[in-house]
Amino acid sequence: MVVARTDAAVSAATLAVHHDSSDGAVLELAGPWQSQHGLAEPSGLLDELRSRAIRHVAFDARQITAWDSGLVTFVLRVLREAAQLGIDADRAGLPEGVQRLVALAEAVPERQTGRSDARPPWLARIGASTIATARASSEGLAFLGESLLAFGAFLRGRARFRGSDLLVVIQDCGPRALGIVTLISFLIGLILAFVGAVQLQQFGASIFVANLVAIAMTREIGCIMTAIVMSGRTGAAFAAQLGTMNTNQEIDALATLGISPMEFLVLPRMLALIAMMPLLTVYADLVGILGGAVVGIGMLGLGPMQYLEQTRDAVHASDFLIGIAKSVVFGVIVALAGCLRGMQSGRSASAVGLAATSAVVTSIVLLIVLDGMFAVILNVLGF
Amino acid sequence: MAYGSYVIQRDLDFVIRRGEVFVIMGGSGSGKSTLLNHMVGLKQPARGDVVYDGESFWGSPPETQDELRRRLGVSFQAGALWSSMTLAENVGLPLQTFTRLPARQISEIVSLKLALVGLAGYEEFYPSEVSGGMLKRAGVARAMALDPDILFFDEPSAGLDPISSRRLDDLILELRDSLGATMVVVTHELPSIFTIADNSVFLDGETRTMIAYGNPKTLRDESPNPTVRTFLRRGAVDAAARGAAV
Repeated sequence: MVVARTDAAVSAATLAVHHDSSDGAVLELAGPWQSQHGLAEPSGLLDELRSRAIRHVAFDARQITAWDSGLVTFVLRVLREAAQLGIDADRAGLPEGVQRLVALAEAVPERQTGRSDARPPWLARIGASTIATARASSEGLAFLGESLLAFGAFLRGRARFRGSDLLVVIQDCGPRALGIVTLISFLIGLILAFVGAVQLQQFGASIFVANLVAIAMTREIGCIMTAIVMSGRTGAAFAAQLGTMNTNQEIDALATLGISPMEFLVLPRMLALIAMMPLLTVYADLVGILGGAVVGIGMLGLGPMQYLEQTRDAVHASDFLIGIAKSVVFGVIVALAGCLRGMQSGRSASAVGLAATSAVVTSIVLLIVLDGMFAVILNVLGF
Repeated sequence: MAYGSYVIQRDLDFVIRRGEVFVIMGGSGSGKSTLLNHMVGLKQPARGDVVYDGESFWGSPPETQDELRRRLGVSFQAGALWSSMTLAENVGLPLQTFTRLPARQISEIVSLKLALVGLAGYEEFYPSEVSGGMLKRAGVARAMALDPDILFFDEPSAGLDPISSRRLDDLILELRDSLGATMVVVTHELPSIFTIADNSVFLDGETRTMIAYGNPKTLRDESPNPTVRTFLRRGAVDAAARGAAV
């Protein structure tokens, strides 16, 4: 133990204060002044200088064996405090490199930026967030208006965008989404049938599982599940892609050419989703009904033809059409939320991440709220 | 050096001496930045090795490579600061990760590094809130965080105005003199090359190898290779030769 302690003492930086006259002191630095060995705290030293009414300080660094930034920060602190106490410091005894670094660090005065970590009072925070919300909603409305104008330009055949871009987006949010839509809607159909079967078997009415699955899938679940999958899959991708384009000034480049980013970037994405969402929804409806049939036929012992007949009787054309109509609206929402957040994104990696998150959150909230409104309105209208 | 079967440069062999400012120069696309990536351990060369103090980098196990990497500091072309962190957090991260210093000393060292590059007082700013030149200098501060033996700079003056670029050159020289570190600079800016370089290597994109090695001023006046002389005289030789032919 003793040996180890001696070793530690030898390998550590040391500081001694030597008084050469009544109001002068020499700071003798020795050993390796490197941050890895731990550094001396200047506060005790400064107290001593203060209590002895020292007026001049000099350094003696001849015994220093090695140094790094640790020594420079120490010297800087001593110099700064000494200046505040009105003590005159002589730097000549410091290693030449340290003198130059200190001079370099002092060359540009600290910029007073007025930044502080203090949290504003609660009233100010409420006000700031209210203003931010108001601004965000007006930006959202403006974006909606601009996309309507772009859509109008498209209807008049005046919108400027590349057909190949549209095809690429269609491929990405149509055929490439089939896998996940298949998996989700098949399992949802299966789960619905399970839940229904357990209840309906008690009344000997297991054939009505077909009605339950068919109506739920076509009217509600098919379109809402597809929309949620597309918002996570495609809406987030839109936001990330447009956000990165914003970061790289690609959107500015379009604007300087007089090409509207709304027409060139947002319109193809909106069109593609509006075209693909109903198709995906019909597909999801069918796969969901198939999932229900697997339970109905496999577990409840219903005949395939019997299940099919029951399903055909249960579903009316209006159920299908309601689902399809909603899916078009949902497609618009997913595309708009993704593109809006992407275009609003800040110019950094973390801002792009935030944009993708907020695109998914915005679209899912809007989807659920609108679906609820649809349910109420259709109920009042008697569909 | 190669990407797949496409060879960019071959037969590169040069020595960088401790404490010198070494410039890697060459035209666009000649493989300067790729060479830098090989040297700092980001990309393994197709063949050959990088040796630090007699220790092979690419022949070492991953742990030794990481130790060697910590002796290097790299300042990237556009700063490459982590956008979700403030400048102070950017510079402080290597210190927090690789040293056991208390938080207060880390913050003092961070302030020192930022002050050295002229950014005192910008600790709490995010990278997106400062200008391109400041980003670059903050990148230098982060590269210096662990007091590395060797500092690498990728195109330090690209995209800077002449005054800022001159200041950055002065900073490189000043840091070399005071820290005693070795500086490796990738650049094709002639004023910068002549101001800072002690030694240099010239990569040629056509012959795909190094065609000159030495002090750039000497190369400009005495290199037997016309490509090197033309480059270092900003095409003046070429123009004169063409004028004579006409």
